[in-house]
Amino acid sequence: MATPIALRVVEAEARTYRRTWRGSVFTSFLNPILYLLAMGVGLGTLVDANVPADLEGVAYLTFLAPGLLVATAMQTGAGEGAWKVMAGIKWLQTWKARLATPIGVHQLLTGHLLWSGIRVLMVSVIFAVVMSIFRVAPLLESLVAVFPALLVGLAMASLTTAFTVSAKEVSYLPMYFRFVVIPMFLFSGVFFPISQLPNWLEPIALVTPLYHGVEMARAIVVGTEPAVAPWVSIVYLTALIAVGALFSMRPLRRELKP
Amino acid sequence: MSRNARPGPREGGLVRPTLPVVFPTMPEVLIQGRSLEKRFGDLVAVDKIDFHVNEGEAFGFLGPNGAGKTTTMRMIEAVSPISGGELSVLGLDPMTDGPRLRARLGVVPQENNLDEELSVYDNLMMYGRYFDLDRNTIKERIDELLDFVQLEDKRDSKVNALSGGMKRRAIIARGLINEPDLYILDEPTTGLDPQARHVLWDRLYRLKQRGVTLIITTHYMDEAEQLCDRLVVMDKGAIVAEGSPRNLIETHTPRDVVELRFPAGVLEEVEGKVNDLSDRTEILADRALVYTDDAERTIALVGEHDLEPEMVLARRSTLEDVFLALTGRSLVE
Repeated sequence: MATPIALRVVEAEARTYRRTWRGSVFTSFLNPILYLLAMGVGLGTLVDANVPADLEGVAYLTFLAPGLLVATAMQTGAGEGAWKVMAGIKWLQTWKARLATPIGVHQLLTGHLLWSGIRVLMVSVIFAVVMSIFRVAPLLESLVAVFPALLVGLAMASLTTAFTVSAKEVSYLPMYFRFVVIPMFLFSGVFFPISQLPNWLEPIALVTPLYHGVEMARAIVVGTEPAVAPWVSIVYLTALIAVGALFSMRPLRRELKP
Repeated sequence: MSRNARPGPREGGLVRPTLPVVFPTMPEVLIQGRSLEKRFGDLVAVDKIDFHVNEGEAFGFLGPNGAGKTTTMRMIEAVSPISGGELSVLGLDPMTDGPRLRARLGVVPQENNLDEELSVYDNLMMYGRYFDLDRNTIKERIDELLDFVQLEDKRDSKVNALSGGMKRRAIIARGLINEPDLYILDEPTTGLDPQARHVLWDRLYRLKQRGVTLIITTHYMDEAEQLCDRLVVMDKGAIVAEGSPRNLIETHTPRDVVELRFPAGVLEEVEGKVNDLSDRTEILADRALVYTDDAERTIALVGEHDLEPEMVLARRSTLEDVFLALTGRSLVE
């Protein structure tokens, strides 16, 4: 039976990843350990001493960890949508090479997003394991929280891909991270509830994919009542994945199949 | 009745005996382009060209950069949609049968788009998997192909550690991984040193001998002369001539060329005298080309006309001269 074409793309990505998997997996463990130690335990001791009412009565580490899980997925997704895509269409032109084979543009994109999902999943599962080692939550609950993380990671991979193929210039990517990804990371409820934001910023935080994922993950791990109904968040994130894919197709076709 | 024999025509009730007419087996046409056109907005990149490529031949598209060669290749490869006219490749329509068609094509693109971070082996394995070939089959073919392009010892080297010529050979091998019915090479030797080019030509010549149908674009007339059975000369999106290299030279230019080089500034002064040497002359920036069927006679005339060039060189006409005759410009500028 013929292998579905999008899966051939996934296989190629896996083959490329195999070259660097050790370093990548190591980083995926180290990153949550460092963050949870510094922010969760270090800073958390100070925060907890003040018994803030807004933290739903849990330790700061417990409040922070599920948010960081989703934030890490978000950044992984953005990275796949930015550097991987730029390499494919510009630096290595490996995406052009693929289109000389039976692979078509939509299968190329589907394969790319599938692989991005696999990467997000890997990073998130490792994060969840570290979370359980830090006794934030039992392993099973931590793993359930991977689901919203995956949705956010995919939404970011998809939207970032659309941005990268439309921008086509590598110089836009650092700006994208500086003005979109990092602010989202800081102000979407990962480190503090968005109710702490100035009033005019709150609505902006509300539409970020990260916020919706954080609310769901925190509900799973901490047991808080999410500010937005989970089904609304799931529909919203799924729609963002579709929008990103949709807006990637035209520029991608124009770039690779002129 | 034999397929090759025809009954004689009846004339006045008599059957006139005729010799059996033998029809040579017509070569199968693998590519047929009719009024093929490609526009990018207002720009006409390929301007209603007609051509066909027969099975088993090495067919060339010769022309300077920007002539529309690569655009034509990309339409044949079912990568770029056509803007007008008709195109049939291996009996398929590239517009609707893209994936099925690409599965049977081998493509060597102009740019080196191997994955630089991976080994030669991994690159070929990955590419073979795009065609959904079985891993063991690919393994066998990789061994054969690396042997063919003389890269056996670079099998596990990362691509970014290879020289330009080796990368080109790796791409040649990659393009053959699916045992294509049609092998398309876009500027296969551009940017290579002469030695690397000759190695590549030798490999391509062997492919041709095996009966692989080759399509080659090039702006090197020597490459076209070496490799192509038949070619079209393209300029500004149009085909300006078609034929075998020898045939094109015979049709469009006299047999010999006498090249005269003059010191800077002198050429303009003697232009009139140079033009008297033959019916056809070309004055280029640094030298004059005098076309003739008798080089010795022309060289003698140079002295008789009191011309004192720095250097006189007699040579056979090439495709470069054909291009010059057809367009008034040289191929590589």
